[in-house]
Amino acid sequence: MSSTLIERVLPQKRALTTKPRPSDVAFRSVLNVMSYSSLLILAAIGGFLAFRGFGAFKENGLGFITHAEWSSLVGDNGKEISSFGLGAMITGTLIISTIALVIGVPLSVLTALYLTFYAPERLRRLLVTVVDLMASFPSILYGIWGFIVLSPMATYWAKLIFKYLGWIPFLSVPTPAFDRSPFLAGIVLSIMIIPIVTSVSREIFAQTPLERIQAAYALGATRWGMIRAVALPFGASGVVGGAMLGLGRALGETVAVYSVLNIVFKINWHVLYGYGGNIASMIVQKFGEASFTEKKALLAAGFVLFVMTLLVNMVANTVVSRAVKSGK
Amino acid sequence: MTTATITAKSPVAPRKPWKATKAELIPVFGALALAAILDVVVVAVTPMKGKLAYALLFFIFAAGLQMALKWRNLGRRAAIDSLAGSVAIAGAAIAFTPVLSLLATTVIKGAKGLYPGFFIHDMSVANYQSPLNQGGVVQAIVGTLYLIVLATAISLPLSVLTALYLTEIRGKASGFIQFLVQAMSGIPSVVAGIFIYSALLLTTSLRGSTIIAALALAILMIPTVTRTAQEVLLLVPEDLREAGLALGATQWKTVATIVVPAARNGLITAVILGVARIAGETAPLLFTLGVSNKINWNPFSGGQSALPYYVWSGLGDGTELGIDRAWSGILVLLMLVLTLFVVARIFGTRKVKIK
Repeated sequence: MSSTLIERVLPQKRALTTKPRPSDVAFRSVLNVMSYSSLLILAAIGGFLAFRGFGAFKENGLGFITHAEWSSLVGDNGKEISSFGLGAMITGTLIISTIALVIGVPLSVLTALYLTFYAPERLRRLLVTVVDLMASFPSILYGIWGFIVLSPMATYWAKLIFKYLGWIPFLSVPTPAFDRSPFLAGIVLSIMIIPIVTSVSREIFAQTPLERIQAAYALGATRWGMIRAVALPFGASGVVGGAMLGLGRALGETVAVYSVLNIVFKINWHVLYGYGGNIASMIVQKFGEASFTEKKALLAAGFVLFVMTLLVNMVANTVVSRAVKSGK
Repeated sequence: MTTATITAKSPVAPRKPWKATKAELIPVFGALALAAILDVVVVAVTPMKGKLAYALLFFIFAAGLQMALKWRNLGRRAAIDSLAGSVAIAGAAIAFTPVLSLLATTVIKGAKGLYPGFFIHDMSVANYQSPLNQGGVVQAIVGTLYLIVLATAISLPLSVLTALYLTEIRGKASGFIQFLVQAMSGIPSVVAGIFIYSALLLTTSLRGSTIIAALALAILMIPTVTRTAQEVLLLVPEDLREAGLALGATQWKTVATIVVPAARNGLITAVILGVARIAGETAPLLFTLGVSNKINWNPFSGGQSALPYYVWSGLGDGTELGIDRAWSGILVLLMLVLTLFVVARIFGTRKVKIK
């Protein structure tokens, strides 16, 4: 009887250590470095635009923000005489965005309430998809639609509003010219911000604690009573955050506004009157034929827009993330 | 011993007390019908005219009648509740009307300029005022596909690695990085365009080309992809990571062979959503793309075309034929975006797949 000798090969003892392996060291350091890419990009955008636009800031001083005039002419001696002021464009941007918020936010909140508390399950799922779809429509689609389809309607509405509410100062017009007005641009923007405001508000409303809803019903509240006493106070900060995200969108929208707005470098408080301003669209409008100096001024305008939207978005994101956290 | 047989058909029909009975529904629909009749009558009699008058009056009559019904049957609070419900429905209806109008107009107006050659010919054989059966968008389709591929190639590594940092390393800077990514998602597209212009084109001899436009688009794509990727990576169960580590794998091995494959479908969704975000962007292209009316196969030099740019030029042309072309272009672009959207949904239904 032969016996086989089995040689048992024991695995070599590994040192117990918490020291990461070389592969992990490499992996972690790559991730650590790459995670700062967003910081790098943001800093590069701010840095480049500020650097290139520095000349325009220096030359025009504070007037770059406050003055309404934007002109660049080549004088007799071949020297360029220029004066760049963003005043009309900044006020115009704020006016249009305000109109967008005034129209868009109430509609979005109502839609969010409808989707969360009223709509039947199947319809709700369908409409939530439609809201997502709306957000992915290209902005030029809104632009061409606003120009061709909405513009005649908005002119008609503007005339109606002027007829009945024309005594309110900012709803009056010097002469009856209602085409391509800030009002029209505001409506187009309000449609464009509806998806983001609706989806943020809906998410917050959907997090309303069930026990509070049931408690309200148990105490005899109607559906509206429950919404007023429970859902709205719970979701208020989320709605504010969503509205600010919408504002961020509205401030930076370019192509859609350019298609529908008559851009003139004059401050216009009459929202129904046929001209207005918008920083983003103005950059596109002026860029094609701009001289080197004017291009630099446009880059400075871009810097102003960048800072505005960045600030609004940062505040909005902080508000939204707080609201979401408090919901959990 | 007898066994009770359970009959398939119970003598008692299941009741759904929360469902409205016929007796409750008849007055509701009756009120709606009455409102519609009143609406037509009032518009016909009074000087108020137009769709706006129809819609407004119908809302007032319908909401009013429902309120009156509730008030009579259930009292004041029920009437207010009914009014609130009507307002919510009206608000949602107004918010969704533009979508229908957008889709309908695009299909109706866009179909006019479509013919088979639209997808074969480029614009070197025609201009925007040519009859609609000449020229086409093939150069723009090629350009858009190039832009999508290049922008994805640039933004995907940055986005996924940032998302992995946020979900796997969870280092000290996580909160800060998250904040920056969110801030980045608010960058207006025109700013991304002029940034690339000022950094690469303003003072150099470079001219606009596909790769330069793709850089601008990548800036807009990164935040979308990062945030979606982060969401799906967070959905991967913690057990899987722990199992990997417990079997002696390094973190790198765990992430590369377990976490990322498990989240594969979700990551594909993230990329598609990012592509949908940039496919229709116009503003950055105006500064970075250059111009071309023919197919340009070289992404590194020479101007390029793209679908949004084609639409933009048609709209800027201003003539009736130019705008017709723009509608056809936007129809093609919309079909592309819708396809991406549907594909993203299909992949997104099962975000985390565990074999």
